[in-house]
Order: sequence, then structure tokens, then C-alpha cells
Amino acid sequence: MTNKELKLKSVFLRKNLLKYIYIAKAGHTGGSLSCVDTLNVLYNRVLNVDPKNFKSPDRDRYIQSKGHCVEALFVTLADRGFFPESDLETLCKYQSHYIGHPTKKVNGVEQNTGALGHGLPICVGEAIAAKLDHKSHRIFTLLGDGELPEGSNWEAFLSASQYKLDNLYAILDNNKQQITGYNKDVMNTDSVREKLEAFGWAVREVDGHNLEELEEALNNGPFEAGKPNFIIAHTIKGKGISYMEGVTKWHHGVPSPEQYELAMTELTEAEVLI
Amino acid sequence: MELDKIEEKVLKMGKANQEVFSQIMQELAETDRDIIAVTSDSRGSGKLVPFGEKYPFQIVEVGIAEQNLVGVAAGLASAGKKAFAVSPACFLSARALEQIKNDVCYSDNPVTLVGISSGVSYGALGTTHHSLHDYAALRAINNIIIVAPADNFETEQAVRLAAKSSKPVYMRFGKKAMPYLDESNQTFEFGKGRIVRKGEDITIIASGETVYPAWLAAQKLEDENGIKATVVSMHTIKPLDTDLLNQLASNGNPIVTVEEHMVNGGLGEACASYLFQKGNTNKFKIVGIPDEYTVTGSQIEIFNHYGISENGLYKTCKELLAI
Ligand SMILES: Cc1ncc(C[n+]2csc(CCOP(=O)(O)OP(=O)(O)O)c2C)c(N)n1
Ligand SMILES: [Mg+2]
Repeated sequence: MTNKELKLKSVFLRKNLLKYIYIAKAGHTGGSLSCVDTLNVLYNRVLNVDPKNFKSPDRDRYIQSKGHCVEALFVTLADRGFFPESDLETLCKYQSHYIGHPTKKVNGVEQNTGALGHGLPICVGEAIAAKLDHKSHRIFTLLGDGELPEGSNWEAFLSASQYKLDNLYAILDNNKQQITGYNKDVMNTDSVREKLEAFGWAVREVDGHNLEELEEALNNGPFEAGKPNFIIAHTIKGKGISYMEGVTKWHHGVPSPEQYELAMTELTEAEVLI
Repeated sequence: MELDKIEEKVLKMGKANQEVFSQIMQELAETDRDIIAVTSDSRGSGKLVPFGEKYPFQIVEVGIAEQNLVGVAAGLASAGKKAFAVSPACFLSARALEQIKNDVCYSDNPVTLVGISSGVSYGALGTTHHSLHDYAALRAINNIIIVAPADNFETEQAVRLAAKSSKPVYMRFGKKAMPYLDESNQTFEFGKGRIVRKGEDITIIASGETVYPAWLAAQKLEDENGIKATVVSMHTIKPLDTDLLNQLASNGNPIVTVEEHMVNGGLGEACASYLFQKGNTNKFKIVGIPDEYTVTGSQIEIFNHYGISENGLYKTCKELLAI
């Protein structure tokens, strides 16, 4: 896939996640739009995973800690062939496995997440196991910035550096917002870089909507031998849709028919410019 | 969508209990500066945004950190504040369980723990967001009152009593509008069940949002079979109203319990444990969410799937009555 095709894919994934949120009449829209570029790069440039043989023990692991943004994950997995896209028409419907958070009943999903602050500790366990077994696969997680205050994250930050888990990559979707509003007004997590460095992690910062920067960081670890890797992806909540960008209420929200049309038009316009 | 039939069934529709909670909180805060809401990025779901705007010094925000939420609330309560720790019931009662056990209950700090969007209110968000364990987990902890108000009246009373309680309280609410169940029966006390319908053939003991389908099932039994059911809102799961249980069991009628909780360790097992140790021999059936991977869907779809519904309870009652 060329870089241009990868960029087009980001627009396609944005359209699709909005489409299925629109059909399901439910979804975490803003945070899915902020992390979908990261997922695009992970699944199309970084992760060694095989949709036909997902359970291969040597696969790279991706555990989405900010599980509420499952729509971004599901459309990315469908696009990579983990399951037919049409399955997503059942999203959030009675007896569907495609619910509002990741579950292992869906091919390609590593862990059942949704309660925040669970992904990283599980990744630490996976990363320790990989070290014990002398395996070279990598372990990735995606954290929300509002999620950071959960104490379990900080417990896991300590464990990861104690065990020198340089096979572990924690990506922070730093969209600066959560349900109530801006992180800084809810619980300030400024100076994440300094905090993480003090906890013994190697930290890189990227523009989380710049696919080349994401790829460069995610494929060039470990940043420092013996240290776990932390990538601060600076993002915009609601990225790509003018009336959603930075607007708190789009944390979860379903576009009206007019809003949906407008969103699709904006994305088509963006596509033309690529 | 049987729950939508309410208009025909003469019950007056109210608001979601969560709305009533927030309304009473504002009213209490107006005259009592010691009322403090503690939130974990949960003020929107707890309907406390207006509260926070009106009383910015009576809301403490801890961010997404439920263990800290309960610990901070314990400290506030210890210092004499009337702390209401408000968070989705699933996270509050699971993530912060040790803080509840040690810092609130064992240390006797009278926090009110408010579990919002409880049970399967979050529907298709799935098991991470369901609280089907909270009665069981908290019943196994000493020194806590567990309350699941059924309607707006019970909610209002529960919030007012909790603000005055010298003991820790856990209360849980759902998101759906609830009808007023019995406007003639306006007494409310923790630990005293409320009879919302009287009959002589069978008894349904329900709690929280399941009292409503229990009431509808009783109506259907009456309309279609001439069977009269007693329906009890057993809003306090702990301490259980054993006087009322004795009275209900004494006529030998079958008893059905229903709850928005796993059948393990909830209201039904609490009632059964009391009644059968007393030597009662009533036919007895516990309706709730079974111990399995919960079916996916909306709250109503999950209710219907497991018979926590007008039709489901109607059938269960008929089976018990062998008609
Ligand atoms: C333990 C836990 N507490 C609360 C929630 C409810 N919740 C879901 S998303 C969210 C806000 C998350 O903010 P952030 O991590 O910044 O995510 P993003 O902005 O990327 O959507 C909250 C409070 C949860 N899912 N898990
Ligand atoms: Mg955020």
C-alpha cells in the first residue's frame, strides 16, 4: 500500500465508523475519530497479525485500553479482513457479538476491555511472558488521556520499567478531552512526558494525525534498550468533522441525518485533496 | 416494547430515578453546605452538571479514578461532610470495592455511594458496564445499607434519608423513566419493604426497575386469569425486611423474586436464605440474570430474554400456580 493509499484509507475508515455509529444509533464518535489514524497505521503498517490465523503465538499484540472507541477498532479490523464488514450492521443489536466495547468473541480482538485502566496491566503481563519465552513480538496498547488518572495505569507504569519491558508500546491518544470537558479542568495530566520519563519510560511525541510520524515512531522501537516505550500522539477529538472537532458533547453522539450528510461531504472533500 | 404500554395501565409516568436524585441533591445542597457530590468524570451521567454549576464548592471531581473517588469520599465523611460518591454502579461497586469495604464500611465513614446506570441500564455497552454483582458483593460486607429504589417517590425518600444517615449507604438507579407505583402508599423507611399491590394468590418480591414489570405482570394475571398477586418493592436489599417476609410467607402462597442482578447472591437468595432457614415451604422461584455470558442488547432486550418482563413474570407465576 502506498502512502497515498494509506491516507485514503484513513478517510475511508472515518466514513465507515460514522456509518456504523449512525446505523447503530450509538457510539463513541469523538474518541474514535481521534484514534483512527493510529489504528490505521498499526494494522496496515506495524502489527504482525494475520486475520486468517489470528491466534498465532508469535503475533504482535494490540490491546485497546480505551475500549469505548470500539467503532474505530471494528472498522479497521473489518477492513483488514478479520470479519466481513457487513457484520457491523448488527452493531449493538440484540444477540450480536459486535457490542459497544471490544470482546474476544470478535475475531481480531485480544481482550475484553471497556472499563478504563485495564489494558496496560494486561500488556505488562503479555510483555513479561514474551520476555520469559524469548519471543520477539511486540505488545501495543492505546490509552485515553482522561483514562490516565486510573491508579492501575501508574502501578503498571512502574512494573513495566521494573521489568525493562522494551517490547511494550503504550500509545496515548492525547486529544485533551474526556466526557466532562478538558482534561486540565477535570484532572490535570499535563507534563505526561516528564512523569513517564521519571517512571523510567522512553517517550516520543508525534502528531497523531500524521501517518508518517506515527509509523516512524511505532516501527522504530525500542527507543532506548531496556525501557518501555511511550508515544504521545497529539490528536484532536472529533478529527475530520468540522462540527465535532474539540466539541465535548461528541464524546458519544449520533449525527442527525443532516449532520451525517455533512460529515460525509466533508470527508469526500478531504479525500479529493489527498 | 411491552414496557411502553404504561399509559393504558393507569400508572402515572414519572422521570428517570437518576433525574430525581439530582433534583433532590440540588435542593439539599441549597440549605446544607456540607452536602458534597464527589464525581469521577461522571457528573454528566449522574445528571449533576447543573448541580456543579450552582454549587461549584460542593462538588469534588477526581477524574476517572473510582478508587480515589471512594477514598476521598471517606475522608470527606470522616471530616463531617455528607459525601455522595457518584459513579456508574459497575465501576463504583467493583473497582472501588476495597475502599468501600475498608475505608467506608469497616472504618464507619457514612458515605453515600450512588451507583448510576445500574444493572444492565447500559445495555449494549456490555458486561464491563453492567452491575450484576453489586448486591452480592456488598451484601457480603458488614455495615452498609443497600437500596434500589423502584420509583421517583422511593428515590426522593432514599436520597433524603441517606443525607441524614449515620451509616454507609449504597443506592443504585437506572436511566429509564419510571412510573409512580402506588400513590396511596407514601411511607418509606430503609429496611421496610413497600407493598405496591395487594392480592391473595401469589407474591412477587421485586427491587429497583424490576418492580415495574412485576406490577404489569400482576395486572395481566388479574385481567386474563382473575389471579391476584401481591407485589412488593423490596427497595432495601440489606437489611432485609424479615417481618414483611414472615408475613408474606405465612399464607403459604408461592413467591417469585425478581431483580436486575445475577441470581447468585442477590435479593432472591437473600429472601430464600431467610425464609427456608425459618422452615417455610412456599414454592419459590428466583428470576434474575443467570450465571452465564450475558446476552447482548438493550436493557429491555436483556430483560425480555431472561423473563424479567411482564410476559416473562406472568408465565413464571402461572407455572408456579400450575395453571
Ligand atoms: C473505569 C471506568 N470509569 C469510567 C468509564 C466511563 N467512561 C467511558 S469513556 C470515558 C472518558 C474517557 O476519556 P478519554 O480516556 O480521554 O477517552 P477519549 O477522549 O479518547 O474518548 C469515561 C469516563 C469507564 N469506561 N471505565
Ligand atoms: Mg481524551
